[in-house]
Amino acid sequence: MEETMFIDPQRCIGCRACVAACRECGTHKGYSMIFVDYLDRSETTATMPTVCMHCAEPTCALVCPADAIKQSEDGIVMTALKPRCLDCRNCVNACPFGVPKYNSAMHLQMKCDMCYDRTSEGLKPMCASVCPTGALSFGRYEQIVPHRRTKPVNVHIFGNQKVETKVYLMLPSESDAIVVDGCGVFEGRLGIEQKPAESWIDTQVEESDKSNEF
Amino acid sequence: MSKVGNLDQIVEAFGPHLHDEPYDGWRSDRTIDRIVPTHCPYCAVQCGMNLLVENNHVVGFEPRYDFPVNEGRLCPKGVTAYLQVHHPDRLLYPLIKRNGMFERASWDDALNLVVSKFKELQSKHGKDAIGVYSGSSLTTEKTYLMGKFARAGLGTRYVDYNGRLCMVSAAAGNNKAFGIDRAGNPWSDIPLAEVLLIAGANAAETFPVLNKFLWQQRDMGGSWIVVDPRETATARQGDLHLQLRPGTDVALTNAMLCVLIDEGLTDEQFIASRTNGWAETKSLASQYTPQIASEITGVPAERIVQAARIYGRARTAMVMHARGVEHHTNGVNNVLSYINLVLATGKIGAPGSGYGTITGQGNGQGGREHGQKADQLPGQRQIANPEHRKYICEVWDLPEEELPQAGVSVVEMFQKMREGEIRGLLSICNNVMVSLPDINQVRRSLEGLDFYVCLDFFMSEGARYADVVLPGSTWAEDEGVTANSEGRVVKINKAADPPGEAREDWWIIQEIARRMGRGKYFNFGSALEIFNEMRVASKGGNADYYGISYEKIDKQNGVFWPCPTEDHPGTPRLFEERFYHPDGKARFHALEYAPSNEVPDELYPLLLTSGRVVYQYLSGNQTRRIGFLVQQCPEPYVEIHPDTAMRLGIADGEYVKVISRRGEGIFPALVVKTIRPDTIFIPYHWGEQLAVNQLTNPALDPVSKIPEFKSCAARVEKLHTRQLPLYGHKRKGAERSSVTRLSDSGKQ
Repeated sequence: MEETMFIDPQRCIGCRACVAACRECGTHKGYSMIFVDYLDRSETTATMPTVCMHCAEPTCALVCPADAIKQSEDGIVMTALKPRCLDCRNCVNACPFGVPKYNSAMHLQMKCDMCYDRTSEGLKPMCASVCPTGALSFGRYEQIVPHRRTKPVNVHIFGNQKVETKVYLMLPSESDAIVVDGCGVFEGRLGIEQKPAESWIDTQVEESDKSNEF
Repeated sequence: MSKVGNLDQIVEAFGPHLHDEPYDGWRSDRTIDRIVPTHCPYCAVQCGMNLLVENNHVVGFEPRYDFPVNEGRLCPKGVTAYLQVHHPDRLLYPLIKRNGMFERASWDDALNLVVSKFKELQSKHGKDAIGVYSGSSLTTEKTYLMGKFARAGLGTRYVDYNGRLCMVSAAAGNNKAFGIDRAGNPWSDIPLAEVLLIAGANAAETFPVLNKFLWQQRDMGGSWIVVDPRETATARQGDLHLQLRPGTDVALTNAMLCVLIDEGLTDEQFIASRTNGWAETKSLASQYTPQIASEITGVPAERIVQAARIYGRARTAMVMHARGVEHHTNGVNNVLSYINLVLATGKIGAPGSGYGTITGQGNGQGGREHGQKADQLPGQRQIANPEHRKYICEVWDLPEEELPQAGVSVVEMFQKMREGEIRGLLSICNNVMVSLPDINQVRRSLEGLDFYVCLDFFMSEGARYADVVLPGSTWAEDEGVTANSEGRVVKINKAADPPGEAREDWWIIQEIARRMGRGKYFNFGSALEIFNEMRVASKGGNADYYGISYEKIDKQNGVFWPCPTEDHPGTPRLFEERFYHPDGKARFHALEYAPSNEVPDELYPLLLTSGRVVYQYLSGNQTRRIGFLVQQCPEPYVEIHPDTAMRLGIADGEYVKVISRRGEGIFPALVVKTIRPDTIFIPYHWGEQLAVNQLTNPALDPVSKIPEFKSCAARVEKLHTRQLPLYGHKRKGAERSSVTRLSDSGKQ
């Protein structure tokens, strides 16, 4: 099988080496395309890295009015093509994973392209190269999965939308899919369930992440 | 008048300022002339990295996939390390302080001033009037040179190093138990261990890349027992967390030993053939039932039993510990108590079975081997031992009567400054106003000095108090070796020349020695020449480097000492056949639990412990200037358990005052369930009003002289709005240049 990314959240130590290293990538020097978030710092030190999941049918590309977001032959969803990008931010709003960001200085949507410049030369992406624990690993399925005690999952159910991704999440469960909100009811928005209070450090990190990005 | 005349002016000129771009900006059209394989300047994993060089400027890094320890991996400090090389805060020329402000000076003027002051002080008050305080983030060549400089160059007995604040308890414990001071196993043994007992080590934040080996071990079905008062990422990922009260390790390990004895999990054959002192240890440990230990440590008795069984029943297991165990007035005993577990079960000296301390600084291991420690000569030789003195004097060609006797530890040195016995100080590779305990007293020591010269490449909080600051080199501007935490000697390579008029540290030290009239002992033309003399000086000692060469390090991806001859491959695993005491046996130590120097009481009801965050390195002099790292963790905070916070009426994010018997500081509260309710935690990387070391206890371990950073009594007070702090522009980093009052909401 071809090489892809495996995200193993339980290994994440929240060090953000991936976030720092992402800035070194030749195609988006100085900008990081990765987010690492505390899940809830008041309860736990657990953190979660987010990179582009590279969907088989990318929502960002489907909603793009200018057809600016292209998929490579091996399934990598690329950053928007600069001449085509209309600054409409449809992709930013539509992505179920919250990955693409709009760079107002460059008038361009930018997102993780799994270090296309590096992988095309046979090098590993920056984030997976530096990740100390293997929370982000890059390789072939048969190179990585047999060594882990977690299960690779690449099907995500967002309400009525089913998304299959090139990137795998490694989970300590038997489930074949990740169901984000079961019945397609966005409970939080309807006010049925209050959003849990966030620790200030979560907010601080979100702020700093944003300033760090664009 | 204070020695730091105009602080704002000094901060304005020398920072810390935040900088977050490579030389010449973020560009993808670079022509890289050279790729220099080297290692990270920070912690003692000593990850391999490649530096990218364009026109003699370090402009980036590239993972070094072929170095076996990290295989390309780095933590965020390592990724951004290259940004310090061209940082605008770099010191570019010698500085002499006049009227409270530093002024540019020529090398001749600065060096001559240093030498005349040293000579004047020594002629008035004796040779010992000058102290030398060095560090372990230097290459081993430089640490060797610093020891030689103090003894043969200045003739002072007062030399010590910042490992005294780091892993010196482990060093002392290892020497007592094993007769040698080095981790027993290479990290390639970790995945072979069924069980890892990780004590007082927040490996996720302080040693990120070590987690590669920890997770390899888990992937093979292994489990971790983690001993830590906080639920760190490492504790969260482990299988069994013993959340003990800081400083109660001896009670915990004695109880584990008690369970091992009761359940017949000790290795009697190993004990009989390879150890001494079991009888006393056995009878003492038997008194520590899990119930008794549970009351002392706060860990449920069942968990102690469970931990002992998991460790005792495993076929292979490794014990690793770090500062959480060592930074106590009982630090050495804590270390020895973990070694007792190792020896009682015979789990040492075999693949997957062993023991090691997780060293802190990049060259924490190498820095404590070659004679910059108050009581030590090169090769882990003892300065009090007549034979060792004789050998080193022969190597140096120094008359034996000129070699001073042992000095004192750094905390004691700073006391001697206050008492007027030490009148002048030369420091390199440390930041005393951040890293020493009780910095209000440290400030008094510095203010009272007649003359202070500091070598550094950034203006540290400590350097602000200096009379002369000499601009040195970063790790990328010099070559030399370091020894990582496994005892693997690796090679740092030079990528660029020092900027401006900055010079290699060894050149500066040697130049001072020459001008002191001691040039005869300092004729080194390169780091290699120092290395070659050091090899001879270490020959026959415990830390024998004689058989190591730069070429051999390159060829083998590092050489594990001892390596006594040129055809010797090095020694990755120690203790396979013998220990290093003359009888070849290891020693048990019967240890009674003793409380910390200061325990909580009515006035100070909480236990304050300090530690690190992953984004900052030690005193932060390097990392508090790098934009990315500061954004992730701009300032210290105090971790408080929700129960405690509720009792005190403190909300998450609120600024609170933390007070100990020595000082106080204002920190935002981070209310988290990941800490014990009786304990609070503050990370230590900041200086002045942001320093936890305004509060910490300078009480010392009687053997290792390590201060008790990890436990003192404190209380937390709610602040009135008008008491909110007046420093720093939003207190980002340690900038103090613009002064604003924080909003009364308590949030930024």
